[in-house]
Amino acid sequence: MWRVARLAERRVETPTAQTLVLDVPGWPGHLPGQHVDLRLTAEDGYQAARSYSLAGPADGEQIEVTVQRVPDGEVSPYLTDTYAEGDPIEVRGPVGGWFVWRTDETAPVLLVGGGSGVVPLMAMIRARRAAGSRTPFRLVYSVRTPDDVIYADELRRRARDDQGLDVAYVYTRAAPDGWRGEPHRIGLADVNSHGWPPDLEPLCYVCGPTGFVETVADLLVGLGHPTRRVRTERFGPTG
Amino acid sequence: MGIVSPGFQGRPRSSASDLPPGQYLTEDFPVLSAGPTPRVPLDTWEFVLTSETGAEYRWSWDEMTGLPQDTPTVDLHCVTRWSKLGTTWQGVSLDTLLDGVDTTARYALAHSYGGYTTNLPLDDLRGGRAWVVHTYDGGPLPAEHGGPARLLVPHLYLWKSAKWVHGIRLLVDDRPGFWETAGYHDYGDPWREQRYQGD
Repeated sequence: MWRVARLAERRVETPTAQTLVLDVPGWPGHLPGQHVDLRLTAEDGYQAARSYSLAGPADGEQIEVTVQRVPDGEVSPYLTDTYAEGDPIEVRGPVGGWFVWRTDETAPVLLVGGGSGVVPLMAMIRARRAAGSRTPFRLVYSVRTPDDVIYADELRRRARDDQGLDVAYVYTRAAPDGWRGEPHRIGLADVNSHGWPPDLEPLCYVCGPTGFVETVADLLVGLGHPTRRVRTERFGPTG
Repeated sequence: MGIVSPGFQGRPRSSASDLPPGQYLTEDFPVLSAGPTPRVPLDTWEFVLTSETGAEYRWSWDEMTGLPQDTPTVDLHCVTRWSKLGTTWQGVSLDTLLDGVDTTARYALAHSYGGYTTNLPLDDLRGGRAWVVHTYDGGPLPAEHGGPARLLVPHLYLWKSAKWVHGIRLLVDDRPGFWETAGYHDYGDPWREQRYQGD
């Protein structure tokens, strides 16, 4: 069932990523980690739909998605450049029942995000806070440069204020001053030192581009995490 | 037609299209799966067909690749909306595997190394429309695309083409698999846009 939503608010997250807050009358609620389909219709009836992860926990009839602008994309440049407050868009969802975290879970959680793969993981971090959960969370966030960090201010604040939440960064192109180490692609040492040992039986959520997810999931399995506790969500450059 | 989004034009597009509704073309080969990629050594790989009475029919890697081979060229349609046209595979028709299997079952549940499952009507595995494939585009099927062998049922959305396929259980009653339990459609016809439960 497609619902008609309207843009309520837009937040610029990075030079290429924006969060869209949508009013969706009749929204049934969702779990952190789920996604929605957004559908656009042109004057001539042509339609294009894409999936976007929900960025926040359920909040009445408002939902948030964070859109990474793909330069040659068909949908994302429209959403970041043209789509205006009050404009209608069609929304379907929530979708997905596997890559989700429920706030009554108590097992430690490892979140590993690459680029805009952080979006559904942020929904889990926000849901944890909103529910007053004390489940231990660790986020390992791989990103090109400090300027590409989505939710940078909020993550800084939450790492300070949300007890039991640790945030570690892996920079692949350029690191900030004072960061220990050279820029590099995520590897065994990153996952090992910022993750949980398998004997604590954590739930692991990995989201990002395909190559990133393949690498991290293989590392986690290699470290001894059972495959059923490693949940993955992959995306390609589909604009 | 849905509500018009002001200023949205979409990509320039040709009128001729082999695409089901709601799909767009991709040239690369995206990957979708729920967890880590299983790695299955060929010397322990096997395919097990289990009838509704529990009778088992097993093929080792050498036995499977020794059967008569098909080389289907087919279009793929993923529920996440990408389609890839004209892909070429090599493998064994399910007609070959089902030949000689004594069954009155109407449903099948494919299961994979790693625990994944997906359900299909048994009729959809017959009639030259489904294969166990081990070769893609002339080379061994890469693990991230389901190698060493996957199911290929191109007339349904791609999640029905179970990667890392380990076997098929024949069932008298339909039983939803992994993604179907998570809200995806039981049948999954791309031309009817059967994406989610209720479509």
